[in-house]
Amino acid sequence: MRHTISLLVENEFGVLSRIAGLFSGRGFNIESLCVAESLDPTISTMTIVTTGNDAILEQILKQLNKLINVIKVVDFKDIDYVSREMILVKVNAEEKTRAEILRIVEIFRGKVIDVSSRTYTVMITGDEDKLGAFLNLIKPLGIKELVRTGPIAMARGERMLKIKEKTEMKEESNG
Amino acid sequence: MKRTGAQIFVESLKAQGIDTIFCYPGGATLNITDALTDISQIRQVVVRHEQAAVHAADGYARASGKVGVALVTSGPGATNTVTGIATAYMDSIPMVVFSCQVNTMLIGNDAFQEADIVGITRPCTKHSYLVRDVKDLARIIKEAFHIAESGRPGPVLVDIPKDVSSALHDFKYPERVHIRSYQPTYIGHSGQIKKAMRLILHAKRPVLYTGGGVISSNASIELTRLAEVLSIPVTNTLMGLGGIPGDHPLFLGMLGMHGTYAANMAITESDLIIAMGARFDDRATGKTDEFAPHAKIIHVDIDPTSISKNIKVDIPIVGDTRNVLMHMLKIVEDEKDTYKQHHHNVAEWIEKIKQWKKNYPLTYQKNSTLKPQYVIERVFGLTKGKAIITTEVGQNQMWTAQFFKFLKPRTCLTSGGLGTMGYGFPAAIGAQVAFPGSLVIDIAGDGSIQMNIQELATAVQYSLPVKVVILNNGFLGMVRQWQELFYEKRYTWTHLHSPDFVKVAEAYGAVGLRINEEKDVDRILKQAFKNNRPTFIDVHVSPDECVYPMVPAGASLKEMLLV
Ligand SMILES: Cc1ncc(C[n+]2csc(CCOP(=O)(O)OP(=O)(O)O)c2C)c(N)n1
Ligand SMILES: [Mg+2]
Repeated sequence: MRHTISLLVENEFGVLSRIAGLFSGRGFNIESLCVAESLDPTISTMTIVTTGNDAILEQILKQLNKLINVIKVVDFKDIDYVSREMILVKVNAEEKTRAEILRIVEIFRGKVIDVSSRTYTVMITGDEDKLGAFLNLIKPLGIKELVRTGPIAMARGERMLKIKEKTEMKEESNG
Repeated sequence: MKRTGAQIFVESLKAQGIDTIFCYPGGATLNITDALTDISQIRQVVVRHEQAAVHAADGYARASGKVGVALVTSGPGATNTVTGIATAYMDSIPMVVFSCQVNTMLIGNDAFQEADIVGITRPCTKHSYLVRDVKDLARIIKEAFHIAESGRPGPVLVDIPKDVSSALHDFKYPERVHIRSYQPTYIGHSGQIKKAMRLILHAKRPVLYTGGGVISSNASIELTRLAEVLSIPVTNTLMGLGGIPGDHPLFLGMLGMHGTYAANMAITESDLIIAMGARFDDRATGKTDEFAPHAKIIHVDIDPTSISKNIKVDIPIVGDTRNVLMHMLKIVEDEKDTYKQHHHNVAEWIEKIKQWKKNYPLTYQKNSTLKPQYVIERVFGLTKGKAIITTEVGQNQMWTAQFFKFLKPRTCLTSGGLGTMGYGFPAAIGAQVAFPGSLVIDIAGDGSIQMNIQELATAVQYSLPVKVVILNNGFLGMVRQWQELFYEKRYTWTHLHSPDFVKVAEAYGAVGLRINEEKDVDRILKQAFKNNRPTFIDVHVSPDECVYPMVPAGASLKEMLLV
């Protein structure tokens, strides 16, 4: 199972390596990891996409919580959330495919951000399904290079990743 | 008044109440070393190898319950501490290791004696710091001690560059620590505790399975009381020995790979396991699918990650074991009449356990040779259990766990999680520093003792009368045992040639004694325990003895090989 996790961590030297080390040392998967400063410059927000069954996910969440520099851990499993990723794709732009590419990019509300005589570099944002659909259409035309940011996520509505201090975890949910 | 970083370091340790450090100097320590000149409040024990400094700090911490402190130089001094730190990490021992570092400007340049010790130790520390500015030094030291000893204890590393220890700043030791992202849970959830007590009330075959958490939270009195008021038999992990007196009628002995028949059968047939400060390590559980197949499981632990990691539990309780035990005792007290029936519920179970203990006691074949188990029985007999015992790793460790009846907590100092050969001797030195008047004995193997034998010099220099009983079987015995049982007796690599340990001891200025026969055991041991000098006792024991019972790796607890 795939999970999206958001973390608030101290914006300090060495925190990223603690988190990366935790995943590699304990054999957990990281599909993607995004990190940057939050509204409060002393705190960074991290979005991690990982895979594993419920027991593994439970360990991942607990182990992350245990790291001294981690302020808050949220698993979006039971939370309604939005998630977006950005990709840059360099596609073959031959005489006969140029128009087709532009059409597809437009349908997906992407942008061509760089052009050469033989390539287009396209930027597109969306959720996993949208990006997947886009890549499926563009693939036959010849993708030369692909770079993805990995998703970032946020709860829907008024719910927020509160910068509340790590409080006692609810025991029932610790089991 | 401005002070140097080194002076701030010294003042911080004093303010923290630190009375002892185990240390080894080098270029990068010099500012601090110099600042410690004539500081008599802080005893400075200079070892002969940095690994030993950390094990000594660890032994000091385990025996006293206080935070152990080690201080070493950069590069090789720092990397030499890794085994000691990993040992303390696996056993949750409170410790702060200060490593000195090259100048901040040089970090990352492959400077002389530079090692990224924060990076190297990241997976085996509870937390670590690189002090980049002298203004943070006092706060970091305060935080380091707080983190090391609170929650689930563990080692914290603080790396101090040389220019930080020479830089000037005002000294003010913070009064309190505030780390917004670190608030361990001590108080167990009362609803969960109530649920647990309801299960206990109706259990017919309950077992308390307790580990190092009971020792580190100083909960042995409460544990023993709970066991007594409810008639619940207790088994300990290796780390939990001493949590209930080893001669207590409700004590089953250790469980697991070399556990007693009674303990392993009790787990297997139990209908309720109450785990306290234990982490379901594979050496304790055997095959996890068949661990306690008929039991519901209550698990009390201060570390949420320990709960449901290896074995799914029914009632998790996050909290300090002592705190939770006190809460449980209060419930029993408040509802005396209800809980009275419990003795009746478990009467049949207690009887069954009595039979197991009687029919399958720990034993060994007695013949004309000198048996290592006998030596340990006599160490126990002659000391009446009034000693701090450390062990090395291997058969010596398992026989000690089996045949020395630990009567009190903090008297069994052993590397349980990492299984570090070479731990016992420096740990004994640390324990002796903490308790100068106590009898401290390292029960060693002829292989393990060679891993930190140089510490004889430390023991002699500081007049630490540590006793080392070397169970000299001419082999890396535990590995040989596996070869005997599972590799058709091909003793590749495990036969040992050792020096004359009596002469080695004498060469260092310690006392060396030898025992060859059973009839000499009492006389020589008495002689060793009486003298007030560091002493090696080289005991030539039967070479082909195996540790039994044994649950082969990957088998379930009920599949024990017996003597
Ligand atoms: C540092 C280290 N290296 C290797 C091992 C693997 N090992 C476990 S027990 C053992 C044999 C120990 O021999 P000895 O100290 O003579 O004890 P005995 O088993 O003979 O009592 C070895 C090599 C270990 N535990 N620690
Ligand atoms: Mg040996």
